[in-house]
Amino acid sequence: MATFSIKNIAIKGISGCVPKKKSLNRDLTLMSIEEIEKFIDATGVEERRVVDENSCTSDLCFYAAEKLISDLKWDKEEIEILVFVSQTADYILPVTSAILQDRLGLSKECIAFDVPLGCSGYVYGISIISSMMNATGLKKGLLLAGDTISKIVSNNDKSTLPLFGDAGSATAFEYDINADKMYFELGTDGGGKDTIIVKDGGSRNKTNENSFEYIEYEKGIKRNSCQLVLEGMDVFSFGISQAPKSINTLLEKFELEKDTIDFFVFHQANLMMNKMIVKKLKLPNEKVPYSLKNFGNTSSATIPITIVSELKEKVLNKEANILMCGFGVGLSWGSMLINKCKMESLNLIEI
Amino acid sequence: MNVLNFIEKWTNVFEDTDISTLTPETAFRDIEEWDSLTALSLIAMVDEEYSVKLTGEDIKSSVTLNDIFEIIKNKK
Repeated sequence: MATFSIKNIAIKGISGCVPKKKSLNRDLTLMSIEEIEKFIDATGVEERRVVDENSCTSDLCFYAAEKLISDLKWDKEEIEILVFVSQTADYILPVTSAILQDRLGLSKECIAFDVPLGCSGYVYGISIISSMMNATGLKKGLLLAGDTISKIVSNNDKSTLPLFGDAGSATAFEYDINADKMYFELGTDGGGKDTIIVKDGGSRNKTNENSFEYIEYEKGIKRNSCQLVLEGMDVFSFGISQAPKSINTLLEKFELEKDTIDFFVFHQANLMMNKMIVKKLKLPNEKVPYSLKNFGNTSSATIPITIVSELKEKVLNKEANILMCGFGVGLSWGSMLINKCKMESLNLIEI
Repeated sequence: MNVLNFIEKWTNVFEDTDISTLTPETAFRDIEEWDSLTALSLIAMVDEEYSVKLTGEDIKSSVTLNDIFEIIKNKK
């Protein structure tokens, strides 16, 4: 089991960036009014942010990064590693992190690579950038995580369209020998690869003349093979069992006290699933923030968006013990705890 | 565990349906309230009450309440 700790790395700040344009679930014509209300009740999602045709994930992450770098008064030359976590990259190749290195004006000596994970991606990303920085002594690093799932959902699929929003984020890391250890539990179950998948467009099933044919799977679920499939029941079943298990493993392995944790920030999958996880872990509601209502499920950006939108007043410039847990596409999951995390910049911007 | 106990637990799945009208032979898809979201409540109930993980396939392949009950029994 992949449980480990990383020392010497501090998280200095987080910026989130969302598109200005809102899409209101109550305006959708895909479902009846009753169905929409029931959907909102169950998932918690009332509105989502959606990018325009000319913008994509790297644009949201670019503006989030610019904001964060200027707030922290970082010298761009000092940033030695950039990791981009996303499933909606600019191109099949090259990596989007290279495009962002150049666009942000970072040094050519900066390490840059992509990590194509989704719901678990933020926690995975933190583990990757922190362990590389700790192992190499790199002083400053940027984790850019986000997705524009609106680019890959069918507008005629009620199982995906009303759930997902677009968002990008940037998180700043510094080598700091006084930083508390971070604790991780990461895992994978590729046996569930079909539960969240885009079937065509990769090397296994190259885009072909049938890829764009729309098929109606049931009433209100019509999509083509280049669009996102979400097997809601299987994801739900996975989430409510794996997320509590992962957190309990993390706490037991490192003998961590649940009561000393100030906030539990979960991947915002859907309200019903998250509430069930919280109930199983017996967590006090006031320690569990949600951003589903205004932003929906934003894939790897849910955790940073929830922190900047819901926790800013509570944690900015204060020491806080924060547990984060992401779970989903892969299937893949990750939980982590950062103690005495004091972030100097937390912002949410719109473009 | 027995099937009558199991049926009582469906009060956690349905909000508007009178549970006393349900029998092991009831086809759950015929209940007006049933949809993909009540299916999630069923998965949650079975996880909570029986610590059994129901999959989408388990539900798709079932017709009656008893079919679900048998799946839980086999997975226990």
